[in-house]
Amino acid sequence: MAKTAPGQTVITAEDLNLVFATNDGVVHALKDVNLEVEQGDFISFIGPSGCGKTTFLRVIAGLENPTGGTVMVNGQTPEQARLARAYGYVFQAPALLSWRTIGRNISLPLEIMGIPKAEQKARVERTIDLVGLTGFEGKFPWQLSGGMQQRASIARALAFDADLLLMDEPFGALDEIVRDHLNEQLLELWKKTGKTICFVTHSIPEAVYLSTKIVVMSPRPGRITDVITSDLPRDRPLGIRESQKFLEIAHRVRDGLREGHGDV
Amino acid sequence: MIAQLHHRLLPVLTMVAVIGAIWYGFTVYLNAPWQIERYEKASIEWQMNDLVRDTMAQDRPVLPAPHQVAVEIWKTTVQKKITSKRSLIFHSWITLSSTMLGFLMGTATGMLLAIFIVENKAMDRSLMPWIITSQTIPILAIAPMIIVVLNAVGLSGLLPKALISTYLSFFPIAVGMVKGLRSPDPMLIDLMRTYNASRLALFFKLRLPASVPYLFTSMKVAVAISLVGAIVGELPTGAVAGLGARLLSGSYYGQTIQIWSALVTAAALAALLVVAVGIASQMTARMMGAQK
Repeated sequence: MAKTAPGQTVITAEDLNLVFATNDGVVHALKDVNLEVEQGDFISFIGPSGCGKTTFLRVIAGLENPTGGTVMVNGQTPEQARLARAYGYVFQAPALLSWRTIGRNISLPLEIMGIPKAEQKARVERTIDLVGLTGFEGKFPWQLSGGMQQRASIARALAFDADLLLMDEPFGALDEIVRDHLNEQLLELWKKTGKTICFVTHSIPEAVYLSTKIVVMSPRPGRITDVITSDLPRDRPLGIRESQKFLEIAHRVRDGLREGHGDV
Repeated sequence: MIAQLHHRLLPVLTMVAVIGAIWYGFTVYLNAPWQIERYEKASIEWQMNDLVRDTMAQDRPVLPAPHQVAVEIWKTTVQKKITSKRSLIFHSWITLSSTMLGFLMGTATGMLLAIFIVENKAMDRSLMPWIITSQTIPILAIAPMIIVVLNAVGLSGLLPKALISTYLSFFPIAVGMVKGLRSPDPMLIDLMRTYNASRLALFFKLRLPASVPYLFTSMKVAVAISLVGAIVGELPTGAVAGLGARLLSGSYYGQTIQIWSALVTAAALAALLVVAVGIASQMTARMMGAQK
């Protein structure tokens, strides 16, 4: 897999459309979506439910096929990118296999990809350390708290060294204290690894705190209403959320969300 | 530990006591008409306590008393050589061996069918109706035919009986296993897709382990009906050996005590088998990291 240099385009979406035929008629999940994501970006997708933010992420991952337009990941189709192991995906729930220990859950993708045993062990050790779960390799998922389980699932997504991390509301089910803590850790991880992260959320503070770019979306039809480039520094202590700059960006996101609702 | 034993044993013992009391009640009630007739023929003066005593000591009662059955079981197990044709242990072993063989074949058949059904759409549509139809045919009607047909092609003894157990036991296994193989959350299926997991990997790393609890639940049902199948399979063979044979010969000669002791033994055997599967299930669950 070719490593991409910072600033290089990782994801390109052009006139992306996705129409679902449901029992209640046609649902326009994505309408004329255009977006570019650069290497090293931390992109948040924010919007009310039904705005297509999760669908967009699934299209990038090749889990959903667009009905119009194109998406390219590293210059390839999502399908090809997936075969090239271009991304790791983190779901809303930890999605750990209950019969596997944390260590074996993290090595699951490595086993499937046929990576040698010794290498598997080394990678599990490294990624488990990266998410701060060293010492929990032998525990089963139910023995860990919700936050720790989600950290394990992030470790699993990092285990095969994809440059792109797709995260679908990974902290949505966690309480605010745990969420703050994990946000800090995720930023730490992003700085350390230089990965490109696409992050779906419905929390404004979370989006502003984490992102270099915030994509505001609105529903019916699902579309992008605003793309906000954050000029917050890369080093972000939790306290930055009280700063004037932070509040300004948050305000703009809130305006964008309201606007999206207004013209429905 | 002792408290736990109390917790489990006490309800069971209470139920046993209640059933025993009801059983004794019916023993007196059902055997009384014949006993009273005898008293009248022999012009014997009788009291209530005579009636109670005598109804529990008949040779061929309509319903034998629990202690009569217990004595019969004692006589035909502990006090008989295992090789004797009258030993219940001998007959139990015959039935148990065909139960086990049938159960194993049924489990294998059920699992294979379930795998076909889950992995192949055409199989899903074509097989399931047949599987369900197979269970609507009364086993009592089909068992003699299986025995006779297999006998005609030279198969007799253990295998035909085991096949009847198989016929009964594959069904819960197939149904439970299909549900188990389909139990993984769509999110987990998506997760495997993001790894480009092959169908084989999807099956062995996700579907199969997820189905294990379902398999064991089905196996508990299957092992009990395997025993029923084995006993039913012994009835048309001309009552040579096995608990079914004891039941049949008992009914030929009106030996109700023999019938009931065979019945109780069969029930105990079934309980034992279900408990054994339960223990295997718990051990597997512990290995797979289940919560205590």
